[in-house]
Amino acid sequence: MRNDPLIFEQGRPGRRAAAQAPGDFPVGAGIPDRFLRAGPARLPEVSELQVVRHYTRLSQKNFSIDTQFYPLGSCTMKYNPRGCNRLAMLPGFLDRHPWAPDSVSQGVMSCLHDLQEMLAEVTGMAGVSLTPMAGAQGEFAGVAMIRAYHLARGDEARNEILVPDAAHGTNPATAVMCGYKVREIPTDRDGDVDLEALKQALGPQTAGIMLTNPSTLGVFERRITEMAELVHKAGGLLYYDGANLNAILGKARPGDMGFDVIHMNLHKTFSTPHGGGGPGSGAIGVSKRLLPHMPVPVVAREGEAYRWLTERDLPQTIGRLSAFMGNTGVVLRAYVYARMLGREGMGRVADFATLNANYLMCRLRAEGFQVWFPQRRASHEFIISLKQEAKELGATAMDFAKRLLDYGYHAPTAYFPLLVPECLLIEPTETETREELDGFVEAMVCIRDEARRDPDYLKQAPYTLPVRRLDEVRAAKELDLKWLPGTPALKEQE
Amino acid sequence: MPFIPHTQEDIDAMLEVIGAADLESLFDEIPVGLKGHPLSSLPEAMSEQAVTRLMQERSARDVCGPCFIGAGAYRHHIPAAVWELTTRGEFYSAYTPYQAEASQGTLQLLYEFQSMMTGLTAMDVSNASLYDGASALAEAILMAIRANRRASSRRVLVAGTLHPVYRQVAESIVGAQGIVLETLEAPLRDGALDAEAMAALDGAAAVVVQQPNFYGRLEDVDMLTDQAHGAGALVIAVVNPVAMALLRPPGNWGRDGADIVCGEGQPLGVPLSSGGPYFGFLCARQAFVRQMPGRIVGRTVDLEGTPGYTLTLQAREQHIRRSKATSNICTNQGLMVTAATIYMALLGGEGLRRVALACHHNTVSLTEQLCTLSGVRPLHQGPCFHERVLELPRPASQIIERLAAVGVLAGYDLGRHDPDMANCLLVCATELITGDDIARYRQALEAVLREEAA
Repeated sequence: MRNDPLIFEQGRPGRRAAAQAPGDFPVGAGIPDRFLRAGPARLPEVSELQVVRHYTRLSQKNFSIDTQFYPLGSCTMKYNPRGCNRLAMLPGFLDRHPWAPDSVSQGVMSCLHDLQEMLAEVTGMAGVSLTPMAGAQGEFAGVAMIRAYHLARGDEARNEILVPDAAHGTNPATAVMCGYKVREIPTDRDGDVDLEALKQALGPQTAGIMLTNPSTLGVFERRITEMAELVHKAGGLLYYDGANLNAILGKARPGDMGFDVIHMNLHKTFSTPHGGGGPGSGAIGVSKRLLPHMPVPVVAREGEAYRWLTERDLPQTIGRLSAFMGNTGVVLRAYVYARMLGREGMGRVADFATLNANYLMCRLRAEGFQVWFPQRRASHEFIISLKQEAKELGATAMDFAKRLLDYGYHAPTAYFPLLVPECLLIEPTETETREELDGFVEAMVCIRDEARRDPDYLKQAPYTLPVRRLDEVRAAKELDLKWLPGTPALKEQE
Repeated sequence: MPFIPHTQEDIDAMLEVIGAADLESLFDEIPVGLKGHPLSSLPEAMSEQAVTRLMQERSARDVCGPCFIGAGAYRHHIPAAVWELTTRGEFYSAYTPYQAEASQGTLQLLYEFQSMMTGLTAMDVSNASLYDGASALAEAILMAIRANRRASSRRVLVAGTLHPVYRQVAESIVGAQGIVLETLEAPLRDGALDAEAMAALDGAAAVVVQQPNFYGRLEDVDMLTDQAHGAGALVIAVVNPVAMALLRPPGNWGRDGADIVCGEGQPLGVPLSSGGPYFGFLCARQAFVRQMPGRIVGRTVDLEGTPGYTLTLQAREQHIRRSKATSNICTNQGLMVTAATIYMALLGGEGLRRVALACHHNTVSLTEQLCTLSGVRPLHQGPCFHERVLELPRPASQIIERLAAVGVLAGYDLGRHDPDMANCLLVCATELITGDDIARYRQALEAVLREEAA
């Protein structure tokens, strides 16, 4: 396979992309020597063409939505419209300094305000703040608001957050960051939260519960209203993890289910790009009782003018989570997307995400794969378990995942949720064609046939990618985290 | 239907495979009472053409400069190649590189980024980014508490010259974990920390120092680092990455260097974009690598011995460790790091040094020019990088508004954080500011001051 040397290794002393830098100035008397660095920073010394070629070539080693079907469960890898990107990068938005006065920033502020209102309506919440910079930060904001709410009421004994055992890892990690103990609630056989266990767990120590609905098991919590009543009766609040909002967008609203606070992943449901690991945007929505605690700043409309609400306007805020206003550029992309969907387009997202998931689930089941909750309707995603294949053929979920890459499909989420053995969590999203889904089914069937013929063959997959299966144990044991001059490139093994 | 490819024939055939009568029946597990809200306040859908017009009109309303505002976000020249490459679909629309074999492009780029950041800061290890500079500081503080096993306290001392919003953000994030942030209270000497400041160090787990500091002044980082270490505290450096091409990097501060380095990555090729997305960076000593939050990429080999890259030390992270993770961070700012890596590759050490010097030079000349006006003077005299505090005869907030009305973004109002500094304006001139821009600023300021004096 093609090996691309590091950009450092392509450099030569003194080579530069001269057009990119300004002219040289003397240091002058302004900065005494003792503040200055002794030699130049260790950065590549390459030409512009070398840079363009190198990073173009690297980009070609990635899978992406633009090049492959990417059915990664709970990640909502739908098409990222190019129009959203272009319009968020208009000069007035792109070159605007975040501290520019409100009086000359009404254009961008009107967009942010519109989106706050649209998100509040589509989720059934009383207010929205766009500042959290990713889903996990939205979670943090949500749990911090729950904490602020209890403390403001003098209710200081609540020190526990309940989390279903199927939850994303960010949920318990967030609760701990907010100073809470975490208590796990089991799931029943049908994939719903175990209501009896929930009743047992609730008490005067309960600050709240974090729920994803539909859950990470790909099914809707059918008794959500009853759960909300139980939690509220115990004095706790309900937090909605918006990871799976795509499944119900425009169909059902977390606010109507009784949730007090939600975060939305705008980089999932509102189609902003994942960018190889961010930036995301974790806008939060709150019910009336949490309005005073929202993170600042928030845009308010007063007559025809917009202004930023800060600590002065919301003295009980949980505070600031970013130096500025959050990931505004991401928020603008989401705004353009929301305007293109409009009222009638919101529900269509859930319609077709659900249609694609149920179709794919039924087709895989018909081909003999084990659907984990066959008696349930899939939401926008579903789980299959390869327990049988692993036992009989020795072909694990990991082997299927890696072999799928050879067939030109990004692997679904594997081994999550942790409750289901040898599982793949599959989320096709609404923007994929039926043909693409059929192709995926065909690939799964072919891979199983390959496993039947020669189980070892799958263990070696992938075969056609830039690298074969990587030695992750070595990566963690013999840490090699940066290039240093004079270190030879890793030697090939004998 | 925007972005949905299904024909009526597709829909019928797919429903038949599922055995469902219509789309609505796919939602039959959702209780009836929870469905069907009319969403009546939402606007109707717009075509791409219509939304383009809407966004063009709105973006045209906003004033972008000439921009003399800094205070944490800086307008630099971004080479054309940076975003042409960054918005390639293979970078733009990829997910976090969990499937290493299908993500070698992003992973190698992140490894190069880590190499560049450690070079720039003279530190041992770098992660693959956090959300922004302020939240990176919060993570650095949490990390220092974990890393400093010798310290018994959960006190962290924060320089009074740190960006006040960074302080606010750090408090919002670490406050719930029983960590107390205290200000290094001492009379500032000419806008920078004094040796006396460090008397309060006793028993603190860490000290936070910003270079250049919020006022643009250069701190005596060698003295501060050595004193902090002498008292058993770790040093957390908050730095501007462009300045690091010119100034002594934190790894070389004092006898032993800073322990953790963080900051705002935006100046490295990321547009101002109304406040984000930017990215936070975090570097540290090798000994603390397992205490770091966020993604880290390592180089390894595949089963044929070919070098390759993968996320590593994942046992620190939330998707493995859940409630025992070093942070709840999951998604970070990958695409911004893509831009920054390409930016640093294009500029190189020498190019970045020139950017830094041009900024310094322009700020010096801006200060000189504005201070020829009566009543305008620099508040501090000591060395600065690319920001300066100017004292004005009137409240800065009024002057900022008046100048914005004529298209000049004058600076940052320090009265926001300290009523005693209501007449103080923090100004910045990057390499993009020209002599004409400075002349225009001076002229506009002169007109406002003359008018008000009359």
